[in-house]
Amino acid sequence: MAAYMSAGRSANAFSTHDFVPEWAQEEVSTGTTIMAVEFDGGVVIGADSRTTTGAYIANRVTDKLTPIHDHIFCCRSGSAADTQAVADAVTYQLGFHSIELDEPPLVQTAANLFQQMCYRYREELMAGIIVAGWDKRRGGQVYTVPMGGMIVRQPVSVGGSGSSYIYGFMDSNYKPGMTKEECLHFCTQALALAMERDGSSGGVARLAAITEEGLERRVVLGHQLPKFSNT
Amino acid sequence: IMLDESSEPGWLSEEVKTGTTIIAIEFDGGVVLGSDSRVSAGETVVNRVMNKLSLLHDKIYCALSGSAADAQTIAEMVNYQLDVHSIEVGEDPQVRSAATLVKNISYKYKEELSAHLIVAGWDKKGGGQVYVTLNGLLSRQPFAVGGSGSSYVYGFVDAEYRKAMSKEDCQQFVVNTLSLAMSRDGSSGGVAYLVTIDEKGAEEKCILGNELPTFYDQ
Repeated sequence: MAAYMSAGRSANAFSTHDFVPEWAQEEVSTGTTIMAVEFDGGVVIGADSRTTTGAYIANRVTDKLTPIHDHIFCCRSGSAADTQAVADAVTYQLGFHSIELDEPPLVQTAANLFQQMCYRYREELMAGIIVAGWDKRRGGQVYTVPMGGMIVRQPVSVGGSGSSYIYGFMDSNYKPGMTKEECLHFCTQALALAMERDGSSGGVARLAAITEEGLERRVVLGHQLPKFSNT
Repeated sequence: IMLDESSEPGWLSEEVKTGTTIIAIEFDGGVVLGSDSRVSAGETVVNRVMNKLSLLHDKIYCALSGSAADAQTIAEMVNYQLDVHSIEVGEDPQVRSAATLVKNISYKYKEELSAHLIVAGWDKKGGGQVYVTLNGLLSRQPFAVGGSGSSYVYGFVDAEYRKAMSKEDCQQFVVNTLSLAMSRDGSSGGVAYLVTIDEKGAEEKCILGNELPTFYDQ
Protein backbone atom coordinates (compact mmCIF):
# COMPACT_ATOMS: atom_id res chain seq x y z
CA MET A 1 0.00 0.00 0.00
CA ALA A 2 2.76 2.47 0.95
CA ALA A 3 4.49 1.80 -2.36
CA TYR A 4 1.28 2.63 -4.26
CA MET A 5 0.80 5.86 -2.34
CA SER A 6 4.34 7.15 -2.93
CA ALA A 7 4.27 6.11 -6.62
CA GLY A 8 1.05 8.09 -6.96
CA ARG A 9 2.49 11.22 -5.44
CA SER A 10 5.64 11.24 -7.54
CA ALA A 11 3.62 11.14 -10.77
CA ASN A 12 1.66 14.07 -12.18
CA ALA A 13 -0.38 15.50 -9.32
CA PHE A 14 -3.50 16.00 -11.43
CA SER A 15 -3.64 12.63 -13.11
CA THR A 16 -6.19 10.13 -11.90
CA HIS A 17 -4.82 6.64 -12.23
CA ASP A 18 -4.88 3.41 -10.28
CA PHE A 19 -2.02 4.29 -7.90
CA VAL A 20 -4.41 6.47 -5.90
CA PRO A 21 -7.47 4.66 -4.51
CA GLU A 22 -10.81 5.80 -5.86
CA TRP A 23 -12.02 7.07 -2.53
CA ALA A 24 -9.19 9.57 -2.26
CA GLN A 25 -10.74 11.43 -5.19
CA GLU A 26 -14.31 11.41 -3.86
CA GLU A 27 -15.85 14.20 -1.87
CA VAL A 28 -16.21 13.61 1.84
CA SER A 29 -19.89 13.45 2.72
CA THR A 30 -21.78 12.87 5.93
CA GLY A 31 -24.20 10.37 4.26
CA THR A 32 -26.19 10.29 7.43
CA THR A 33 -29.30 10.18 9.49
CA ILE A 34 -30.03 13.09 11.83
CA MET A 35 -33.06 13.97 13.90
CA ALA A 36 -34.37 16.25 16.61
CA VAL A 37 -37.48 16.17 18.83
CA GLU A 38 -39.01 18.88 21.05
CA PHE A 39 -40.34 18.04 24.49
CA ASP A 40 -41.65 20.18 27.30
CA GLY A 41 -38.49 21.67 28.78
CA GLY A 42 -35.99 20.99 25.99
CA VAL A 43 -35.00 19.01 22.94
CA VAL A 44 -33.44 15.65 22.16
CA ILE A 45 -31.13 15.43 19.15
CA GLY A 46 -29.54 12.40 17.53
CA ALA A 47 -27.29 11.34 14.67
CA ASP A 48 -25.42 8.34 13.31
CA SER A 49 -21.60 8.44 13.15
CA ARG A 50 -20.59 7.52 9.60
CA THR A 51 -18.62 9.80 7.25
CA THR A 52 -17.95 8.42 3.78
CA THR A 53 -15.70 9.24 0.85
CA GLY A 54 -17.38 7.25 -1.89
CA ALA A 55 -17.58 3.70 -0.58
CA TYR A 56 -14.87 4.14 2.07
CA ILE A 57 -15.90 5.05 5.60
CA ALA A 58 -13.50 7.85 6.41
CA ASN A 59 -14.71 8.21 10.00
CA ARG A 60 -16.89 5.63 11.73
CA VAL A 61 -17.22 7.56 14.99
CA THR A 62 -18.05 11.06 13.70
CA ASP A 63 -19.77 13.55 15.94
CA LYS A 64 -22.39 15.27 13.82
CA LEU A 65 -23.96 17.04 16.80
CA THR A 66 -22.15 20.35 16.87
CA PRO A 67 -22.48 22.96 19.63
CA ILE A 68 -23.29 26.46 18.39
CA HIS A 69 -23.82 27.93 21.83
CA ASP A 70 -24.33 26.69 25.40
CA HIS A 71 -27.92 25.57 24.81
CA ILE A 72 -28.03 25.42 21.00
CA PHE A 73 -26.81 22.58 18.80
CA CYS A 74 -26.96 21.74 15.14
CA CYS A 75 -27.16 18.36 13.41
CA ARG A 76 -25.18 18.29 10.16
CA SER A 77 -25.90 16.35 6.97
CA GLY A 78 -24.54 16.68 3.43
CA SER A 79 -21.00 17.72 2.62
CA ALA A 80 -18.78 17.46 5.72
CA ALA A 81 -16.68 20.45 4.64
CA ASP A 82 -19.64 22.69 3.83
CA THR A 83 -21.48 21.97 7.07
CA GLN A 84 -18.39 22.42 9.22
CA ALA A 85 -17.63 25.74 7.54
CA VAL A 86 -21.19 27.04 7.92
CA ALA A 87 -21.39 25.87 11.54
CA ASP A 88 -18.11 27.59 12.37
CA ALA A 89 -19.30 30.83 10.78
CA VAL A 90 -22.65 30.75 12.60
CA THR A 91 -20.93 29.92 15.91
CA TYR A 92 -18.83 33.04 15.53
CA GLN A 93 -21.76 35.25 14.53
CA LEU A 94 -23.96 33.97 17.35
CA GLY A 95 -21.23 34.35 19.97
CA PHE A 96 -20.72 37.97 18.92
CA HIS A 97 -24.47 38.62 18.92
CA SER A 98 -24.84 37.11 22.39
CA ILE A 99 -22.15 39.42 23.78
CA GLU A 100 -23.86 42.43 22.22
CA LEU A 101 -27.20 41.36 23.68
CA ASP A 102 -25.67 40.44 27.05
CA GLU A 103 -28.07 37.48 27.11
CA PRO A 104 -28.07 33.89 25.89
CA PRO A 105 -29.17 33.90 22.23
CA LEU A 106 -32.49 32.56 20.98
CA VAL A 107 -32.66 29.27 19.08
CA GLN A 108 -34.64 31.07 16.40
CA THR A 109 -31.76 33.51 15.93
CA ALA A 110 -29.27 30.69 15.42
CA ALA A 111 -31.63 28.99 12.99
CA ASN A 112 -32.10 32.18 10.98
CA LEU A 113 -28.34 32.70 10.77
CA PHE A 114 -28.02 29.20 9.30
CA GLN A 115 -30.88 29.88 6.94
CA GLN A 116 -29.41 33.15 5.67
CA MET A 117 -26.09 31.52 4.88
CA CYS A 118 -27.57 28.38 3.35
CA TYR A 119 -29.93 30.40 1.14
CA ARG A 120 -27.36 32.97 -0.02
CA TYR A 121 -24.89 30.28 -1.01
CA ARG A 122 -27.45 27.68 -2.02
CA GLU A 123 -25.80 26.93 -5.39
CA GLU A 124 -22.38 26.30 -3.87
CA LEU A 125 -23.37 24.48 -0.69
CA MET A 126 -24.63 20.97 -0.07
CA ALA A 127 -25.85 21.23 3.50
CA GLY A 128 -28.96 20.00 5.28
CA ILE A 129 -29.01 21.20 8.88
CA ILE A 130 -31.32 20.78 11.85
CA VAL A 131 -30.93 23.46 14.54
CA ALA A 132 -32.22 22.58 18.01
CA GLY A 133 -31.89 23.94 21.51
CA TRP A 134 -33.48 25.56 24.52
CA ASP A 135 -34.02 29.20 25.36
CA LYS A 136 -35.94 31.01 28.08
CA ARG A 137 -38.50 32.61 25.75
CA ARG A 138 -39.87 29.57 23.92
CA GLY A 139 -38.34 26.53 25.66
CA GLY A 140 -37.29 23.60 23.50
CA GLN A 141 -37.37 24.28 19.75
CA VAL A 142 -36.40 22.41 16.56
CA TYR A 143 -35.87 24.28 13.29
CA THR A 144 -35.04 22.49 10.07
CA VAL A 145 -32.96 24.18 7.35
CA PRO A 146 -32.86 21.71 4.45
CA MET A 147 -30.85 22.11 1.23
CA GLY A 148 -32.00 25.19 -0.64
CA GLY A 149 -32.23 27.32 2.48
CA MET A 150 -35.81 27.28 3.71
CA ILE A 151 -36.58 27.31 7.41
CA VAL A 152 -39.48 25.81 9.32
CA ARG A 153 -40.06 24.98 12.98
CA GLN A 154 -41.32 21.44 13.56
CA PRO A 155 -41.96 19.44 16.74
CA VAL A 156 -39.99 16.58 15.23
CA SER A 157 -37.66 16.56 12.25
CA VAL A 158 -35.44 14.04 10.47
CA GLY A 159 -32.77 14.67 7.85
CA GLY A 160 -30.01 13.14 5.77
CA SER A 161 -30.04 10.24 3.34
CA GLY A 162 -31.24 7.78 5.97
CA SER A 163 -34.25 9.90 6.87
CA SER A 164 -36.34 8.68 3.90
CA TYR A 165 -36.63 5.26 5.51
CA ILE A 166 -37.97 6.49 8.83
CA TYR A 167 -40.67 8.97 7.82
CA GLY A 168 -43.28 6.25 8.28
CA PHE A 169 -41.86 5.25 11.67
CA MET A 170 -41.69 8.88 12.78
CA ASP A 171 -45.27 9.66 11.70
CA SER A 172 -46.67 6.62 13.49
CA ASN A 173 -44.57 6.69 16.65
CA TYR A 174 -44.23 10.38 17.47
CA LYS A 175 -46.75 11.64 19.96
CA PRO A 176 -46.90 15.19 21.28
CA GLY A 177 -46.21 15.48 25.02
CA MET A 178 -43.50 12.82 25.33
CA THR A 179 -41.03 13.01 28.23
CA LYS A 180 -37.28 13.35 27.80
CA GLU A 181 -36.70 9.61 28.29
CA GLU A 182 -39.45 8.73 25.80
CA CYS A 183 -37.87 11.10 23.27
CA LEU A 184 -34.45 9.50 23.78
CA HIS A 185 -35.96 6.05 23.27
CA PHE A 186 -37.85 7.21 20.16
CA CYS A 187 -34.66 8.70 18.66
CA THR A 188 -32.58 5.61 19.44
CA GLN A 189 -35.11 3.38 17.70
CA ALA A 190 -35.47 5.66 14.69
CA LEU A 191 -31.70 5.97 14.23
CA ALA A 192 -31.25 2.20 14.55
CA LEU A 193 -33.89 1.57 11.88
CA ALA A 194 -32.36 4.08 9.49
CA MET A 195 -28.82 2.81 10.07
CA GLU A 196 -30.02 -0.69 9.26
CA ARG A 197 -31.45 0.33 5.88
CA ASP A 198 -29.21 3.18 4.68
CA GLY A 199 -25.70 2.25 3.53
CA SER A 200 -24.47 5.77 4.17
CA SER A 201 -25.55 5.69 7.84
CA GLY A 202 -24.08 3.52 10.55
CA GLY A 203 -21.60 3.21 13.38
CA VAL A 204 -22.84 4.36 16.75
CA ALA A 205 -25.89 6.42 17.63
CA ARG A 206 -25.03 9.74 19.26
CA LEU A 207 -27.75 11.44 21.29
CA ALA A 208 -27.97 14.62 23.33
CA ALA A 209 -30.64 16.16 25.52
CA ILE A 210 -30.62 19.96 25.92
CA THR A 211 -32.57 21.55 28.76
CA GLU A 212 -32.38 24.63 30.95
CA GLU A 213 -29.92 22.78 33.19
CA GLY A 214 -27.59 22.14 30.31
CA LEU A 215 -26.44 19.30 28.14
CA GLU A 216 -26.53 15.53 28.57
CA ARG A 217 -24.80 13.42 25.91
CA ARG A 218 -25.18 9.69 25.30
CA VAL A 219 -23.65 7.18 22.93
CA VAL A 220 -25.36 3.91 22.02
CA LEU A 221 -22.76 1.52 20.64
CA GLY A 222 -23.46 -0.68 17.62
CA HIS A 223 -24.14 -3.87 19.56
CA GLN A 224 -26.40 -2.08 22.02
CA LEU A 225 -28.72 -0.69 19.35
CA PRO A 226 -32.22 -2.18 19.23
CA LYS A 227 -32.62 -5.04 16.76
CA PHE A 228 -35.75 -5.82 14.78
CA SER A 229 -37.24 -9.20 14.18
CA ASN A 230 -37.70 -9.55 10.45
CA THR A 231 -34.02 -10.23 9.67
CA ILE B 1 -43.43 36.21 -23.26
CA MET B 2 -45.17 32.88 -23.49
CA LEU B 3 -48.74 32.65 -22.31
CA ASP B 4 -48.83 28.91 -22.61
CA GLU B 5 -45.92 26.49 -22.28
CA SER B 6 -47.13 24.41 -25.24
CA SER B 7 -50.39 23.72 -27.01
CA GLU B 8 -50.37 20.15 -25.67
CA PRO B 9 -50.85 19.28 -22.00
CA GLY B 10 -47.78 17.80 -20.32
CA TRP B 11 -49.43 14.54 -19.40
CA LEU B 12 -49.91 13.52 -23.02
CA SER B 13 -46.17 13.25 -23.53
CA GLU B 14 -45.03 12.05 -20.11
CA GLU B 15 -44.57 8.38 -19.35
CA VAL B 16 -47.40 6.89 -17.34
CA LYS B 17 -46.08 5.41 -14.11
CA THR B 18 -47.69 3.76 -11.15
CA GLY B 19 -45.48 5.74 -8.72
CA THR B 20 -46.91 3.71 -5.94
CA THR B 21 -46.74 1.86 -2.70
CA ILE B 22 -47.34 -1.88 -2.67
CA ILE B 23 -47.09 -4.39 0.14
CA ALA B 24 -47.73 -8.09 0.70
CA ILE B 25 -47.49 -10.10 3.92
CA GLU B 26 -47.85 -13.78 4.83
CA PHE B 27 -49.90 -15.07 7.73
CA ASP B 28 -50.59 -18.64 8.80
CA GLY B 29 -53.15 -19.75 6.23
CA GLY B 30 -52.87 -17.00 3.64
CA VAL B 31 -51.60 -13.61 2.54
CA VAL B 32 -52.72 -9.98 2.52
CA LEU B 33 -51.80 -7.68 -0.37
CA GLY B 34 -52.24 -3.91 -0.40
CA SER B 35 -51.69 -1.01 -2.76
CA ASP B 36 -52.50 2.66 -3.23
CA SER B 37 -54.42 3.83 -6.32
CA ARG B 38 -52.49 6.69 -7.92
CA VAL B 39 -51.26 6.64 -11.52
CA SER B 40 -49.26 9.67 -12.59
CA ALA B 41 -48.00 11.01 -15.92
CA GLY B 42 -45.39 13.55 -14.89
CA GLU B 43 -47.12 15.81 -12.36
CA THR B 44 -50.67 14.91 -13.37
CA VAL B 45 -52.64 12.17 -11.70
CA VAL B 46 -54.22 10.41 -14.66
CA ASN B 47 -56.02 7.79 -12.60
CA ARG B 48 -56.76 8.24 -8.91
CA VAL B 49 -58.65 4.98 -8.39
CA MET B 50 -56.51 2.37 -10.15
CA ASN B 51 -56.50 -1.08 -8.60
CA LYS B 52 -52.90 -2.23 -8.71
CA LEU B 53 -53.67 -5.65 -7.29
CA SER B 54 -54.01 -7.81 -10.35
CA LEU B 55 -55.37 -11.34 -10.49
CA LEU B 56 -53.03 -14.00 -11.81
CA HIS B 57 -55.20 -16.91 -10.72
CA ASP B 58 -58.07 -17.61 -8.29
CA LYS B 59 -55.82 -17.56 -5.26
CA ILE B 60 -52.75 -15.81 -6.65
CA TYR B 61 -52.53 -12.05 -7.06
CA CYS B 62 -49.71 -9.69 -7.93
CA ALA B 63 -49.08 -6.07 -6.94
CA LEU B 64 -47.93 -3.73 -9.72
CA SER B 65 -45.39 -0.90 -9.53
CA GLY B 66 -43.17 1.04 -11.92
CA SER B 67 -44.20 1.69 -15.50
CA ALA B 68 -47.96 1.10 -15.72
CA ALA B 69 -47.80 -0.36 -19.23
CA ASP B 70 -44.95 -2.75 -18.45
CA ALA B 71 -46.49 -3.97 -15.22
CA GLN B 72 -49.94 -4.55 -16.71
CA THR B 73 -48.48 -6.39 -19.69
CA ILE B 74 -46.42 -8.72 -17.51
CA ALA B 75 -49.46 -9.46 -15.36
CA GLU B 76 -51.65 -10.22 -18.38
CA MET B 77 -49.03 -12.49 -19.94
CA VAL B 78 -48.53 -14.43 -16.73
CA ASN B 79 -52.29 -14.69 -16.22
CA TYR B 80 -52.51 -16.38 -19.63
CA GLN B 81 -49.50 -18.63 -19.02
CA LEU B 82 -50.87 -19.70 -15.63
CA ASP B 83 -54.25 -20.59 -17.13
CA VAL B 84 -52.53 -22.88 -19.64
CA HIS B 85 -50.26 -24.34 -16.96
CA SER B 86 -53.09 -25.06 -14.53
CA ILE B 87 -55.03 -26.90 -17.23
CA GLU B 88 -51.93 -28.93 -18.08
CA VAL B 89 -51.31 -30.00 -14.49
CA GLY B 90 -55.02 -30.41 -13.78
CA GLU B 91 -55.08 -28.46 -10.53
CA ASP B 92 -54.54 -24.99 -9.06
CA PRO B 93 -51.03 -23.66 -9.74
CA GLN B 94 -48.51 -23.07 -6.99
CA VAL B 95 -47.67 -19.52 -5.98
CA ARG B 96 -44.03 -20.26 -6.69
CA SER B 97 -44.93 -21.18 -10.27
CA ALA B 98 -46.67 -17.86 -10.80
CA ALA B 99 -43.71 -16.02 -9.30
CA THR B 100 -41.31 -17.93 -11.52
CA LEU B 101 -43.27 -16.97 -14.63
CA VAL B 102 -43.16 -13.31 -13.60
CA LYS B 103 -39.46 -13.59 -12.80
CA ASN B 104 -38.71 -15.16 -16.19
CA ILE B 105 -40.22 -12.21 -18.04
CA SER B 106 -38.68 -9.61 -15.70
CA TYR B 107 -35.23 -11.13 -16.03
CA LYS B 108 -35.26 -11.80 -19.78
CA TYR B 109 -36.40 -8.27 -20.60
CA LYS B 110 -34.78 -6.49 -17.70
CA GLU B 111 -33.13 -3.86 -19.89
CA GLU B 112 -36.38 -2.92 -21.63
CA LEU B 113 -38.84 -3.22 -18.78
CA SER B 114 -39.19 -1.01 -15.76
CA ALA B 115 -41.68 -2.71 -13.49
CA HIS B 116 -41.56 -4.53 -10.18
CA LEU B 117 -44.25 -7.06 -9.31
CA ILE B 118 -44.75 -8.65 -5.90
CA VAL B 119 -46.51 -12.02 -6.26
CA ALA B 120 -48.53 -13.43 -3.36
CA GLY B 121 -51.16 -16.09 -2.86
CA TRP B 122 -52.21 -19.35 -1.29
CA ASP B 123 -51.71 -22.93 -2.45
CA LYS B 124 -52.30 -26.19 -0.64
CA LYS B 125 -48.65 -27.22 -0.69
CA GLY B 126 -47.07 -24.12 0.86
CA GLY B 127 -49.92 -22.14 2.39
CA GLY B 128 -49.61 -18.36 2.18
CA GLN B 129 -46.49 -17.18 0.32
CA VAL B 130 -45.03 -13.83 -0.80
CA TYR B 131 -42.39 -13.59 -3.54
CA VAL B 132 -40.42 -10.58 -4.77
CA THR B 133 -39.27 -10.41 -8.39
CA LEU B 134 -37.35 -7.13 -8.40
CA ASN B 135 -34.94 -6.83 -11.33
CA GLY B 136 -35.46 -10.49 -12.22
CA LEU B 137 -34.51 -12.18 -8.96
CA LEU B 138 -36.88 -14.55 -7.18
CA SER B 139 -37.01 -14.55 -3.42
CA ARG B 140 -39.61 -15.59 -0.88
CA GLN B 141 -40.03 -13.25 2.09
CA PRO B 142 -42.40 -13.13 5.07
CA PHE B 143 -43.44 -9.69 3.83
CA ALA B 144 -42.40 -7.31 1.07
CA VAL B 145 -42.85 -3.64 0.25
CA GLY B 146 -42.25 -1.99 -3.09
CA GLY B 147 -42.72 1.11 -5.22
CA SER B 148 -41.55 4.66 -4.68
CA GLY B 149 -43.50 5.05 -1.45
CA SER B 150 -41.86 2.03 0.14
CA SER B 151 -38.65 3.95 0.98
CA TYR B 152 -40.55 6.00 3.54
CA VAL B 153 -41.93 3.01 5.40
CA TYR B 154 -38.93 0.66 5.64
CA GLY B 155 -38.31 1.92 9.17
CA PHE B 156 -41.96 1.49 10.12
CA VAL B 157 -42.30 -2.06 8.78
CA ASP B 158 -38.96 -3.12 10.29
CA ALA B 159 -40.11 -1.87 13.68
CA GLU B 160 -43.73 -3.08 13.58
CA TYR B 161 -43.47 -6.48 11.91
CA ARG B 162 -43.73 -9.46 14.22
CA LYS B 163 -43.73 -13.12 13.26
CA ALA B 164 -47.00 -15.06 13.46
CA MET B 165 -49.43 -12.13 13.19
CA SER B 166 -53.10 -13.00 12.73
CA LYS B 167 -55.06 -12.23 9.56
CA GLU B 168 -56.67 -9.15 11.13
CA ASP B 169 -53.29 -7.90 12.45
CA CYS B 170 -51.84 -8.28 8.96
CA GLN B 171 -54.71 -6.33 7.42
CA GLN B 172 -54.25 -3.53 9.94
CA PHE B 173 -50.48 -3.57 9.37
CA VAL B 174 -51.02 -3.23 5.61
CA VAL B 175 -53.52 -0.38 6.00
CA ASN B 176 -51.25 1.53 8.40
CA THR B 177 -48.23 1.10 6.14
CA LEU B 178 -50.11 2.26 3.05
CA SER B 179 -51.52 5.26 4.87
CA LEU B 180 -48.09 6.37 6.10
CA ALA B 181 -46.50 5.94 2.68
CA MET B 182 -49.35 7.70 0.88
CA SER B 183 -49.02 10.73 3.13
CA ARG B 184 -45.28 11.10 2.45
CA ASP B 185 -44.86 10.00 -1.18
CA GLY B 186 -46.14 12.38 -3.85
CA SER B 187 -46.50 9.51 -6.30
CA SER B 188 -48.76 7.48 -3.99
CA GLY B 189 -52.26 8.37 -2.91
CA GLY B 190 -55.97 7.99 -3.47
CA VAL B 191 -57.62 4.98 -1.90
CA ALA B 192 -56.17 1.79 -0.46
CA TYR B 193 -56.99 -1.55 -2.05
CA LEU B 194 -56.64 -4.73 -0.02
CA VAL B 195 -56.86 -8.37 -1.08
CA THR B 196 -56.90 -11.17 1.48
CA ILE B 197 -56.29 -14.67 0.10
CA ASP B 198 -56.73 -17.90 2.00
CA GLU B 199 -57.91 -21.45 1.41
CA LYS B 200 -61.47 -20.29 0.81
CA GLY B 201 -60.58 -17.76 -1.86
CA ALA B 202 -59.72 -14.10 -2.41
CA GLU B 203 -61.58 -11.20 -0.78
CA GLU B 204 -61.13 -7.71 -2.22
CA LYS B 205 -61.65 -4.57 -0.20
CA CYS B 206 -61.36 -0.85 -0.85
CA ILE B 207 -60.71 1.72 1.89
CA LEU B 208 -61.50 5.30 0.94
CA GLY B 209 -59.04 8.12 1.56
CA ASN B 210 -60.94 9.64 4.47
CA GLU B 211 -61.32 6.27 6.19
CA LEU B 212 -57.56 5.62 6.34
CA PRO B 213 -55.76 5.96 9.69
CA THR B 214 -54.32 9.42 10.35
CA PHE B 215 -51.25 10.45 12.29
CA TYR B 216 -50.17 13.23 14.57
CA ASP B 217 -49.90 16.00 11.97
CA GLN B 218 -53.16 15.33 10.13
